[in-house]
Amino acid sequence: MNALASIAGGVMAQGQPLTEGGEWIANVFFYVMAAVAIAAALKLVTTANVVHAALYLLVVLSAVAGTYIVLGAEFAAVTQILVYLGAIMVLLLFGVMLTRAKLGADEDLDHPQRWIGALVAIAMAAVMGYSTWEAFGDEKLVDHAPQNTQQVADEIFSTYIVPFEALSVLLLAALIGAVVVARRD
Amino acid sequence: MFLNQFLFLAAALFCIGIYGVLARRNGVLVLMSIELILNSVNINLVAFGAYHGHIAGQVFALFVIAVAAAEVGVGLAIVLLIYRNRRSIDVAEANLLKG
Repeated sequence: MNALASIAGGVMAQGQPLTEGGEWIANVFFYVMAAVAIAAALKLVTTANVVHAALYLLVVLSAVAGTYIVLGAEFAAVTQILVYLGAIMVLLLFGVMLTRAKLGADEDLDHPQRWIGALVAIAMAAVMGYSTWEAFGDEKLVDHAPQNTQQVADEIFSTYIVPFEALSVLLLAALIGAVVVARRD
Repeated sequence: MFLNQFLFLAAALFCIGIYGVLARRNGVLVLMSIELILNSVNINLVAFGAYHGHIAGQVFALFVIAVAAAEVGVGLAIVLLIYRNRRSIDVAEANLLKG
């Protein structure tokens, strides 16, 4: 079903179910990644230091890339690392630098009425948790081959060529927009 | 592996991101929380792509990553502009529209 488990669980023919050991290892890998992601995300929204928050975001994004690998989406995982960890993180750190964020702990980062936000988040978690449980109770992920980069490229440049071109125009528009907005004059 | 383990992880990250957007006052931290939300959506897309054995999930996750890059660029430009005009990126102080 996925790249990591097929390496870990011994050689298997594409499309064949995972071996017991492969499934077990994939599960362990997933739960480690999920625990790291959630712990770092909680630190991200509670830490009093802006630069630490950026570094926790880095951890969350890497862990999410790990879950993509468990799902057999290798190209998405690599793109996540290149675009998010490479480009977006640098952009955010530039934002921290240019807005002269206080170095060290800053107690003013949280809103005084943040318990309302916590309430909303908990209500949201309850609704989403219940509805996903209702909808997909114990549906198993069917075992199939990893979705490799060639398939992704074929699909993008045939079925999804119009959204792809629209996306490139959007990126250009965002680039020009960012320059116009942030220009000093 | 269950489909739900991925959906629950995505739901947890989404709710943490919602809390971050609502509770943080620093504009850059709000943008980081939005990244968290977009990432949870991506996990869902890739998980459903694997569940249905269809490549579309991964393709749309890639589209979301590209849109997120555009969003961060424009968002940071706006935050910089607010900082330049008000000497602060406290989103609670950006209340000029309030009558």
